[in-house]
Amino acid sequence: MALTGRQKLWWVLITVLVLVYALFPVLSILATSFKLPGDLSSGRFLPTTWTWENYAQILAPDGSARDLFLPALRNSIGISLIATLIAVVLATVAAYAIARLDFPGKRLVLTTALGVSIFPVISIVTPLFNIWRSIGLYDTWAGLIIPYLSLTLPISMWTLAAFFRQIPWELEQAAQVDGATPMQAFRKAIVPLAAPGVFTTALIAFFIAWNDFVYGISLTSTSAARPVPAALAFFTGESYFEDPTGAISAAAVVVTVPVIVLVLLFQRQIVAGLTQGAVKG
Amino acid sequence: MSHSASGPAPATDVNKPDRRGRSARPRASDRARSEARLGILLAAPAFIVMLAVTLYPIVQAFIDSLSRIRLTAPDANEFVGFGNYAVVLSDPVFWSAMWVTLFIMVVTVAVELVIGFALALVMHRAIKSLRGILRTAILVPYGIITVVSAFAWFYAFDISSGYVNSWFDWVPGVSEDLNWFASQGTSLFVIMASEIWKTTPFISLLLLAGLAQVPGELEEAAKVDGATSWQVFKRVIVPNMKAAIMVAVLFRALDAFRIFDNVFVMTNGANGTTVLSLLAYRTSIGRLEIGLGSAVSVLLFLSVVLICFVAIKLFKVDLSSARGGN
Repeated sequence: MALTGRQKLWWVLITVLVLVYALFPVLSILATSFKLPGDLSSGRFLPTTWTWENYAQILAPDGSARDLFLPALRNSIGISLIATLIAVVLATVAAYAIARLDFPGKRLVLTTALGVSIFPVISIVTPLFNIWRSIGLYDTWAGLIIPYLSLTLPISMWTLAAFFRQIPWELEQAAQVDGATPMQAFRKAIVPLAAPGVFTTALIAFFIAWNDFVYGISLTSTSAARPVPAALAFFTGESYFEDPTGAISAAAVVVTVPVIVLVLLFQRQIVAGLTQGAVKG
Repeated sequence: MSHSASGPAPATDVNKPDRRGRSARPRASDRARSEARLGILLAAPAFIVMLAVTLYPIVQAFIDSLSRIRLTAPDANEFVGFGNYAVVLSDPVFWSAMWVTLFIMVVTVAVELVIGFALALVMHRAIKSLRGILRTAILVPYGIITVVSAFAWFYAFDISSGYVNSWFDWVPGVSEDLNWFASQGTSLFVIMASEIWKTTPFISLLLLAGLAQVPGELEEAAKVDGATSWQVFKRVIVPNMKAAIMVAVLFRALDAFRIFDNVFVMTNGANGTTVLSLLAYRTSIGRLEIGLGSAVSVLLFLSVVLICFVAIKLFKVDLSSARGGN
């Protein structure tokens, strides 16, 4: 369908509008991250003079907030990756069974995943806080990885179960008829079809773990395990006499860049994963 | 249906007709049994882990909520039955948090449904060359950390670091010295703006998936019959994707009911912005009143269950058909 000039103009306008909606707050904090402390109260969107000082504060060897930010970044990456990995491995195995095998309780597993995904995180933080303190998991990586599974595992189960249902499993048998061993058949016929789904699921699960705040502030107390979102909220306390706005903005930009890169690279897969796991007739 | 085309026993209801059919063929029954065993074996780890990380703590929370437990006085634990619940439920602070939470939930979900629908329609109708850009843009808020979004909105509105006041000083009520975070209404406005911005993409993607299920011929037919765009939307599109809308609303409502990050960052509950999650957090982690905090946590959990129950029974939201099917 060819578009008339006016329709084209409309579409350009709409696209610009959507871009402004989606990107404005990001640009806003990006602009703030380049402002000097004296410039913050200018009442203007853009900095009057651009400065890297805030980034130096959180990244440079002599930066004042470096010891707050870098350990938190390490914790966030490590904890989120491990929680994602464990969830995806467990969910892949379970979703394979759900898509492929006939067994009683299949429905129960999926319903449980649904129930867990709507579970209010704050409701289980209190008992965990208490238990973790008595068994020594408080303020450790493991102490966050375990509860993170309540975030990453259910979504992985749903997304993978939906993906795996669409795989034409008869290809495996076809390959065996053609003389492949069962292992070869699985590796050559099924793995290439399943891998994109597993990867997309891992991305979505990672986003969710990366976003966590409640567990992060409740179950940690030092830089030993405190992830970035929690650390950002506590920047204020540590450098009380310094205005932390610039440093927080710079740190916020640093943790947002990977998200934007992943979204740019895998937009199609993420949309497919989100909509498949969620609404599928 | 989870239908495995190549499976030795076609996946159907295990219960009635199949079993009889299988017992006539003992070899198939053996196979079915070993298949069932393998299935349970593979699904069990994920199932057990899910229960271990949620069911066990919530049961523990319930047990804790029946005692007076203060970490500030660890030896003074005492069983008080439902005493903690009586304390919480008779405290105006709890009810204020409940109403604020419900208010945020209703307003954000309503606004998100409108913006989400608009975005979904835009993505659905967009010409191919624009689709990629639009979807990528939409995913940015989805991927961003909620705390980062909270700071972005906070700094934009904040009286000392913001620019919103000087940009919008022509709007009645907005002036250079308006402190958005000094009163309940204006604080909630910014909190909800951040929440809406961050979570609308999710709702719009769910709606986009729903739109894809609306038969195109119906829209065409309605247009041929002279229906306006609004009539087509109201009479053809919406009724045909009711299930998707309901699911999107329920999921977002439950999510909004648990709001925490935005409030914590922007006001930390000041000026009547305390929400239920924040109340639970402050009672347990802040004041170390584990008994009372657990009671708030259990009440929060029950509220979520209640919302779910009402949605499923009253509004007939069919989660199983809309989420992955069975």
